Amino acid sequence: MDSLENNDGGTLVPPLQDGSPLLEMRAVTKRFGGIAALNSVDFSILEGEIHGLVGENGAGKSTMMKIIAGVHADFEGEMFVAGQPAQFHSARDALKAGIGMVHQELSIVPDLSVAENVFLGHQPVRAGGIIDWGYMNRTAREQIASLGLEIDPTKRMGSLPVGLQQLVELSRVLFSGARIIILDEPTSALSPPEVARLFDALRQLRAQGRSIIFISHFLDDVLEISDRVTVFRNGHKVATTPAAELTKDEVIAQMIGRGSAEMTMGEETELCGDDSHPVVVEVRGIGDGMALKDVSLSLRRGEITGVYGFMGCGQIELSRALFGKGNLRSGQVFLEGSPVRFRTTATARRAGIAYVPENRRMMLFRTEPVFKNVSIAILDRIARLVLRPKEEQRITGNHIEDLQIRPPRTDIALGNLSGGNQQKVALAKWLTHLPKALILVEPTRGMDVGAKEDVIRIVKSLRDKGVAILVLSTEPETILTLADRVTVMKKGLVAREFTTGHLEKADLLAAA
Amino acid sequence: MADTVDIKSTRSVKRFLAEQMRNIAPVFTLIVLILFFSLQSPVFFTLDNALNILANSSITGIIAVGLTFVILTAEIDLSVAAIANAIGITVAFFTMQPEYVNINTWPMYGGLAIILTLLAAFGLGSVTAFGVTVIGIPSFIMTLAMMQIADGLSAVLVRGQIAYNFPDFIVMLGSGKVFGLRWSIIVCLIFLLVAHLVLKYTRFGRYVYMVGGNREAAEYSGVNVKLIIASVMIISAMCSGIAGMIGVAYFGSAQQNGFNDFLLTAIAAVVLGGTSLFGGRGGIGNTIVGLLVLGVLNNGLDLIQIDSFLKILIRGLILLAALVINVYAQKLKESSG
Repeated sequence: MDSLENNDGGTLVPPLQDGSPLLEMRAVTKRFGGIAALNSVDFSILEGEIHGLVGENGAGKSTMMKIIAGVHADFEGEMFVAGQPAQFHSARDALKAGIGMVHQELSIVPDLSVAENVFLGHQPVRAGGIIDWGYMNRTAREQIASLGLEIDPTKRMGSLPVGLQQLVELSRVLFSGARIIILDEPTSALSPPEVARLFDALRQLRAQGRSIIFISHFLDDVLEISDRVTVFRNGHKVATTPAAELTKDEVIAQMIGRGSAEMTMGEETELCGDDSHPVVVEVRGIGDGMALKDVSLSLRRGEITGVYGFMGCGQIELSRALFGKGNLRSGQVFLEGSPVRFRTTATARRAGIAYVPENRRMMLFRTEPVFKNVSIAILDRIARLVLRPKEEQRITGNHIEDLQIRPPRTDIALGNLSGGNQQKVALAKWLTHLPKALILVEPTRGMDVGAKEDVIRIVKSLRDKGVAILVLSTEPETILTLADRVTVMKKGLVAREFTTGHLEKADLLAAA
Repeated sequence: MADTVDIKSTRSVKRFLAEQMRNIAPVFTLIVLILFFSLQSPVFFTLDNALNILANSSITGIIAVGLTFVILTAEIDLSVAAIANAIGITVAFFTMQPEYVNINTWPMYGGLAIILTLLAAFGLGSVTAFGVTVIGIPSFIMTLAMMQIADGLSAVLVRGQIAYNFPDFIVMLGSGKVFGLRWSIIVCLIFLLVAHLVLKYTRFGRYVYMVGGNREAAEYSGVNVKLIIASVMIISAMCSGIAGMIGVAYFGSAQQNGFNDFLLTAIAAVVLGGTSLFGGRGGIGNTIVGLLVLGVLNNGLDLIQIDSFLKILIRGLILLAALVINVYAQKLKESSG
């Protein structure tokens, strides 16, 4: 095997001869405030291996990668790089030891050239501090060529498609001397030919003896490119298996632990979509030219439509577009049969659309009293010109009683309420006058069990009152708990629709 | 048990102080200044001098009313003084000038002149509003451009000359008195009162505070944020325009650079009063205190015969102190939840 070249001039450990792991984690435990995100996990990477890592959100993949990449310095357990004990205090330490990471959100500077991006943070300089452009462009070109690509290094980074930007970032990580490269969801924004190109590059790297940890929700991609696949579940490692011996269904089974005693709420559901219910909102082929490509779906009166997909699949953009926030390039939206085009959230609200975004902070005023938080969405109904605070307080008081918001006071600053109660306030805004359609993004994320159940109850009672509800989530449990029908989105498109019958988590994961 | 209660109550006192810091500090400053100047100068604490302070603050006051709306939404308007000047000159342009004033005018009936001038102010405000909301230029830059545009209009209209004549009604508001009280003070008080009522008791006022408090949340609650921002930019231009008309009559002349000091003074008044530069906190009450602090300071420094160069420095230092308190109060508030 060729020895690795380290462009940074640092020292790399010599190539291993005996097939022992290049990176080995032993009995790693990591706690966040008493809760174990990783529980005595062993994990190892061989030299010249592409290692797939899968698991549901919260399974512990990210925590493990952050430990390996030096972001979390404080954990229990041992770490060995090429057989030597290692301890990283920062991402810089990890990089020095030859471990680099390409995040899902690329850290590129779009206005700089490709070469500048490759050399970001350590441009080569000549005497007198003058940047050596000739060397920089030449080396960047070679570096990118080693991935089997030809890109003009003087081009503006922002002018490249996302797939190429990602490869440039990958070459930056390589250039800084990484021999273990962690790729976090590298294919989520890529089209099929771009994925193929990425895989070619990864195979070239493997042939050079580099190791790659490939984290992804896209199981087909993982199985195609990986030599071995490790599955995490609930902070434990389930298994590490050669990819050739695995099927997608087996991976899913490992991820969700089918048949185990852990089966709880939200693992499966019986769908009851009924096409005889009148359509309230119809979405026909909308796209924003970016993450949202071509989506059609219908929200029906008295039904909860669930939209499931991985992060970055375009569901956030879909929800924003329906609430007049976002730039639609194509397609049409119909509200009760007539075409609508919401240019502002105010017009969407007046037309009867209600919206609760994924993050409470995005729709609540922490320092303002509860009643102002509730009344903001209905002020024009209460008051034409002059405010009527007593009426606002009365309405808010009713909601507090109905939704059991604690503490039951209308006049304290919202920031004093717990997260679950804040989420109820966010819902209460839209309950005074029932909306025609209610759009909820991640309605129960990060909530404790009690508050979750309250929110689920509230949403279902709204459905029973005839509101057409759209729930968008990256958590299968949320969808399976709430939805009457489900649309699965993938890379800006509708991947699959489920209307009736039995549906379980494995089906969602397989479809997305 | 007693301990926990104690901790709780000191914490709530702390939280109260943290919340009220922006309101308390300016009032405290005002009282200290009044006490200091009363002791230093025998004429400071007299009714005549008090009216003097009010009269000198009235033009700034009208401008500051509009700025308060703007700053409450976490935007800024740097064009206020330039617009005041341009509009003051515009009303002179619509009025017959003495023969020795060598500028082109378009004289007309006074009432019509005032209406056209108000429309001009509305027009300038609309341009700013369009730039900020529709095109998306940050208000800091947009109003900087508007400042230059308004200055340019002033220059073109007066061409280095000075205009002395204004519609009678404007002259009355600018230099007339009723029951011994200057009309300009009365107009300023009316503006302050109306603005206070609008901000505290109307739906629009609530939207202004909510947009300033959390713009994203306002938008996700279905508030037309751009409409609110556009409105405050227009309100600011109208207030500046009216202050400009009354101002030229108050000074007795309209000329280029006639309002040079007013940008800094008006912003200083709003910020000194404790209205948050980050939006959502403060109001007309704060602006009144800020106006009085500045008015008392200017007047008092004149009375105690301080070096006039030092006066500028002292004003700068006090403004800096106010800014420190403004930012510090915001942090206290955030950390106390």
